[in-house]
Amino acid sequence: MTTAEYRAQEGTVDPGRLAERARPQIVERGLPRRPGGWLQWLTTTDHKKIGILYLVATFMFFVVGGVEALMMRLQLGAAQNTIMDGTTYNGLVSLHGTTMIFLFVVPVLAGFGNYLVPLMIGARDMAFPRLNALSFWLFVFGGIVFYMSLFFTPPEAGWTSYTPLSDDAFLPSGGVDAWIFLVHLTGLSSLLGAINFVATIHNMRAKGMGLGRIPLFVWTILVYSYLLIIALPSIAAAATMLLTDRHFGTAFFDPTAGGDPLLWQHLFWFFGHPEVYIMILPAFGIISEVLPVFARKPIFGYKAIAGATAAIAFYALLVWAHHMFTTPTATVVLAFFMLSSFVVAIPTGIKIFNWLATLWRGTIVFRTPLYFAAALPALFVIGGISGVQLAVFPVDWQLHDTYFVVAHLHYVLFGGSVFGIFAGLYYWFPKMTGRLLSEGIGKLSFWVMFVGFNLTFLVQHSAGLSGMPRRIYWYPEDAGWEAFNLISTIGSFMLGIGVMITLVNVGLSLRKGKRAGNDPWKGNTLEWFTQSPPPENNFDVIPRVRSVEPMKDIRREILEREGRPAGSVAQPMASRAS
Amino acid sequence: MPLWRAAWLSFTLVGTLALSGCGQQSTLDPHSEPARQIETLWWVMLVGSVIAFGGACYLLVIAWRRPERTGLPVVGDSPRAIEATVAVFGIAIPVVALIALFVYSNVSVIQATEPPAPEETAMTIEVTGSQWWWQVRYPGTPAITANEIHIPVNTRVNIVTEAEDVIHSFWIPQLNRKVDSLPGKPNRVEIFADEPGRYLGSCAEFCGVQHAQMDVAVYADTPERFRAWLDNQARPRPTPPTPLARKGEQVFLSKQCASCHTIRGTSARGEVGPDLTHLKSRETLGALTIPNRKGYLAGWVIDPQTMKEGTKMPALDITGPELQALVEYLERLR
Ligand code: HEC
Ligand code: HEM
Ligand SMILES: [Cu+2]
Ligand SMILES: [Cu+2]
Repeated sequence: MTTAEYRAQEGTVDPGRLAERARPQIVERGLPRRPGGWLQWLTTTDHKKIGILYLVATFMFFVVGGVEALMMRLQLGAAQNTIMDGTTYNGLVSLHGTTMIFLFVVPVLAGFGNYLVPLMIGARDMAFPRLNALSFWLFVFGGIVFYMSLFFTPPEAGWTSYTPLSDDAFLPSGGVDAWIFLVHLTGLSSLLGAINFVATIHNMRAKGMGLGRIPLFVWTILVYSYLLIIALPSIAAAATMLLTDRHFGTAFFDPTAGGDPLLWQHLFWFFGHPEVYIMILPAFGIISEVLPVFARKPIFGYKAIAGATAAIAFYALLVWAHHMFTTPTATVVLAFFMLSSFVVAIPTGIKIFNWLATLWRGTIVFRTPLYFAAALPALFVIGGISGVQLAVFPVDWQLHDTYFVVAHLHYVLFGGSVFGIFAGLYYWFPKMTGRLLSEGIGKLSFWVMFVGFNLTFLVQHSAGLSGMPRRIYWYPEDAGWEAFNLISTIGSFMLGIGVMITLVNVGLSLRKGKRAGNDPWKGNTLEWFTQSPPPENNFDVIPRVRSVEPMKDIRREILEREGRPAGSVAQPMASRAS
Repeated sequence: MPLWRAAWLSFTLVGTLALSGCGQQSTLDPHSEPARQIETLWWVMLVGSVIAFGGACYLLVIAWRRPERTGLPVVGDSPRAIEATVAVFGIAIPVVALIALFVYSNVSVIQATEPPAPEETAMTIEVTGSQWWWQVRYPGTPAITANEIHIPVNTRVNIVTEAEDVIHSFWIPQLNRKVDSLPGKPNRVEIFADEPGRYLGSCAEFCGVQHAQMDVAVYADTPERFRAWLDNQARPRPTPPTPLARKGEQVFLSKQCASCHTIRGTSARGEVGPDLTHLKSRETLGALTIPNRKGYLAGWVIDPQTMKEGTKMPALDITGPELQALVEYLERLR
């Protein structure tokens, strides 16, 4: 978009200083013609197209993983149910967990990052556009290889693939190999993506945007990238060792030949625990963008949130053995990992209070993105608290590997990450497509999801407390777990419907949604400076950044020049978009 | 916004249900000191958690319901006051609470839940997990059984557990914590029951197809009954009393059964499956999958895969009369 268009849209006619700084346009001449139609999607290196490809592909995997989840819930809805056998169920658990983590949450955040990071920092693309395309296609091939296993035998060792169960002696079929290739391909994809993010964020920021002024979402993507770079080699090494154990006669993890199965657990969780922060921090970033916009006041404690993000990431590297409290371990080691896990809770608590303080006394604009963003702290607090409870190792000794953990991980991953992702979807959809998602359908979707989610997962805490182990396909009638499971199954279908409503909303709004304009929410960050959807080069003019909320400065500047009181920029927007 | 209220209502409703954890292998119905300690710790944490969660929700609801109004009721609305509130509730109180929790669980609970030194306890039992059943040995006696562990009531018992193949986890929620059963790395836990009765547990580490049906039961008996039980388990199998049972023993020894199962007093010395010497003294078959009654037993012998999908016992070619004799024989192994 051009600066002139921006002003025209705001109703200002001003020869303004913005235009004076405009650089000469880049003129395309003598370039090979780009393919049109669907081919342009296959060959693109544009970060926005790649971002959209990521979002579409990951949401497809989200639906697949959701269907797998509902099939499991159907089986668990009644005691001694016979809808499916153990092999099928174990396949579903492994597919679901792996899909949701490796093929949905981590890459969907890469998708948002891809689309938004260059826009938010005022860049015209990522640092390495071709590498970016490679990342995406590696991810897609990882997913395809993994799901190819459906044609022979799916993996049956859970998303954690613990040895020796995952060794060829116990699971000789190719399912575990498919899992290993998925880990390698998506791992490589994430690693290249992370390097790209780091290079982009460090080198391509607009003038005036010091590291202390980058939007919090960008900050969390930066931390996400560093965490990926640190954590991924561990799982890549472990998966390679497992591969050679399975096929080339090594015995890293085989106890009958002097190997150690616990080595797998250490290597896996050294990646696996940072992975959960990889999945949650950018979601925190999303709501740190959404809350201030809809509370119409600056984020409370920008520095505290940024610092807490870095602190969480650092401590996330020091807690991995809290997943191994039931293995034979010296008490001092247990105490260390309990303490380090506690330490993570502190910066997390700081963030929660910062978000709440952001909302306090705000001029709240009740829009769907805010609903999802405001639900996140509430749900994440439940997951965070149950996490602290599990970090107390005597309690974990009882609750480890029970449904309490299943409840905990879904409160964190669904209540945290996925609600954040939905907030991001509703918030940035207008930027990506030029159209708003329907508010009515959006709020309906929110409430159905919110109630369904809590119905599904709250009772699972009780199932765990009453002794129900996780990853079981069957339980006896007299165990006393049936009521919990029935409620959970009903809730899960409600949750599924809630998600579908949003997908329908996306489908409808793509065609019929209200025109969004460049800046429907009166956002704070630079992506709202350009058109919706943005042109290929993102910005003709990249404004100079003077604060963490550059768009506020720009609006103020324009109004001042018009002679209107500057204060009115902070007012709730006219209901143009509703 | 009535929706808020509806959501809140359902939330509390489900919440109440959530707390009423119960059932016969509940961690909230402890029967030993360690399990009780952990339960108390859990309730203490729950109270703290509810306060923390309630506080966060309260602030969220206030922010939501009173937009544009001044700050919190007590705190007021000066930025200073709000910053102080964040510091107190976001940093100071959590730090203090977590330190208290750390000290409490390390100093008090750990004492009770530590595995005992082996010589400290009255007896030791060795429990070995295999895909998908538990072997139970009483060192110092020839007694070997499966899936059903008998212990004297009010006695500290040292369990040493290991795994034969993949990782399993031994867990009787009402009697104590769980410990992983690892191949080649013995792990220990004390169990104790303050009342005679049957305490159920499940394998708690994912171990393959039948992880769901790898249960275990602990029977806490009076000391006299326990003695009598153990003495019986230590003896070789009772001699088959009827001709049909004698024929059954021949079938057992001539089919592959003997290569997998041990029946002490015969030449059957297999170690793949459970020791069947006193099969009929157990209440269940297949790691608590089915009751140990004649019909089920016959069904198991002829077609174990239907009774328990994937079990490591194969279906063998057995004719009708052979089956009849086998079952008659097995039924007499008291
Ligand atoms: C390949 C080894 C193998 C052979 C051969 C075999 N079994 Fe088994 N058997 C097992 C295993 C393993 C189990 C434990 C199954 C489980 O709980 O998952 C078992 C369990 C049993 C049980 C139940 C024991 C209990 O306490 O739960 C009975 C009874 C039994 N077998 C009888 C027989 C008879 C009779 C034969 C011969 C017709 C036979 N088995 C042949 C391996 C074998
Ligand atoms: C539609 C909503 C969902 C439902 C109904 C659901 C349900 C389930 C069920 C029934 C299990 C198996 C529990 C077991 O047998 O141990 C499971 C496991 C799991 N789920 Fe979900 N889930 C949902 C969404 C998600 C999301 C969004 C994520 C992650 C972002 C996720 C991550 C996981 C993981 C990591 C596991 C563990 C898999 C394993 O044990 O290997 N789930 N879920
Ligand atoms: Cu962890
Ligand atoms: Cu198991």
